[in-house]
Amino acid sequence: MNVSTAQSASPSPAATAPVVAMRGVHKSFGPLKVLDGVSFEVARGEVTVLIGRSGSGKSTALRCIDRFETIDGGEIEVCGRRVDDDKLDLRALRLDVGIVFQSYNLFPHLTIEENITLAPHAVKRVPKDEARALAAKVLKQVGLEDKLHAYPEQLSGGQQQRAAIARSLAMQPKVMLFDEVTSALDPELTGEVLKVIEALAADGMTMVMVTHEMGFARGIADQVVFMHKGKVHEAGPADILSSPSTPELAQFVGTGL
Amino acid sequence: MGGSLNINHLLFLGHGALWTIGLSVIALVGGGLAGFLVALGRVSPSRTLRLLAATYVQLIQGTPLLVIMFLSFFGLAAIGFNISPLAAAGASMTIFVAAYLGEIWRGCIEAVPRPQWEAAEGLALSRSQRMVKVILPQAIRIATPPTVGFMVQIVKNTSLASVVGFVELTRSGQIINNSMFEPFLIYSIIAVVYFSLCYPLSRLSRRLERTALQKKPALA
Repeated sequence: MNVSTAQSASPSPAATAPVVAMRGVHKSFGPLKVLDGVSFEVARGEVTVLIGRSGSGKSTALRCIDRFETIDGGEIEVCGRRVDDDKLDLRALRLDVGIVFQSYNLFPHLTIEENITLAPHAVKRVPKDEARALAAKVLKQVGLEDKLHAYPEQLSGGQQQRAAIARSLAMQPKVMLFDEVTSALDPELTGEVLKVIEALAADGMTMVMVTHEMGFARGIADQVVFMHKGKVHEAGPADILSSPSTPELAQFVGTGL
Repeated sequence: MGGSLNINHLLFLGHGALWTIGLSVIALVGGGLAGFLVALGRVSPSRTLRLLAATYVQLIQGTPLLVIMFLSFFGLAAIGFNISPLAAAGASMTIFVAAYLGEIWRGCIEAVPRPQWEAAEGLALSRSQRMVKVILPQAIRIATPPTVGFMVQIVKNTSLASVVGFVELTRSGQIINNSMFEPFLIYSIIAVVYFSLCYPLSRLSRRLERTALQKKPALA
């Protein structure tokens, strides 16, 4: 078992295979069709940004990657694993995938350090002192090295979200998912969180994010996926935001977002 | 004893009060342990366990404690199991309290926001790790005020153990009254003792509730 604190290089033979691949994914909540044949791929080290109106299915698509939702049809492959397989090793999937939520979801009864060391110690059996060193390292990465012993409620929203990112980073995931992580924050706090994400992208972290920050998406995305009515309506490099080829995307980016 | 109320009567009542406390503690510990299992059963991923726990809760909550007392003392004796009043009362209280605490605690476990489960799942914690390290510590905070509040019910309900001959506070009052015929005086004293046992508990429960509200973490 890998207990080192260094980012482990993946020994995967298929180094060029996409980290995340969705192929014709269908998903309904009762009579409501949320995903209607969604396909896209995320290459290693790339940042994919999912955009679209509320209810377009982008958050559901993201949650399917970490199997927080099961799908009705199609295939999802993450780090060489079939996520739609009933016999999927969920633990292994979630060791490879980190996820950060809109509402931070730090554990309120634990200090920031305990929030971060909990999973490495309990799941990966990293010894306590090594886990604490790891916590210090990831907190430094998000600029919160002085908040080690604070409780979540003592932090601002932006700080809590950065701590949540650090908690996820401490598990050394191969891909990170961000689900509208700045939607609960004011513009100033949003900025400090986005800066952390930018630094991660510069470090080569593979990321999939749902966001409404169009300026940020334009700057960071290697790939933009525009979802509309449960389908991938338009996808391509960040340039499609400046010169959209469908009227729906043009309208979406033109609405001042 | 006979005659007018004297120190011996009061000592006898005091002894009874101690057994009321004793039986309450037995009920809280026994019912708490069993109730914890009931609560876990109610939120279990296994359908069978959920059904079993729910049936148990429905069955006990739909049965008067008095009848449970009769069943475990006279009922069991009739089919050949002679058990002492203490054992019958302790078992009945445990069975009764488990159903109610189990249901209260299930509510507390479910009151921990759903995203907390998801965050723990996203970190690859196993179901039991999520329960023990993330959900239960938060549920216990939520559970403390209603649990202390329910202890008032436990203390008052131990009076029903008097029907199986268990000499707790109520039964010791009955015994004294049988020799003195001063029901108003005797039962007034008993009422005051019950009140002085219960009032601090309900005060404590209310105070815990207030502090819990103040410390409620801001979960978006």
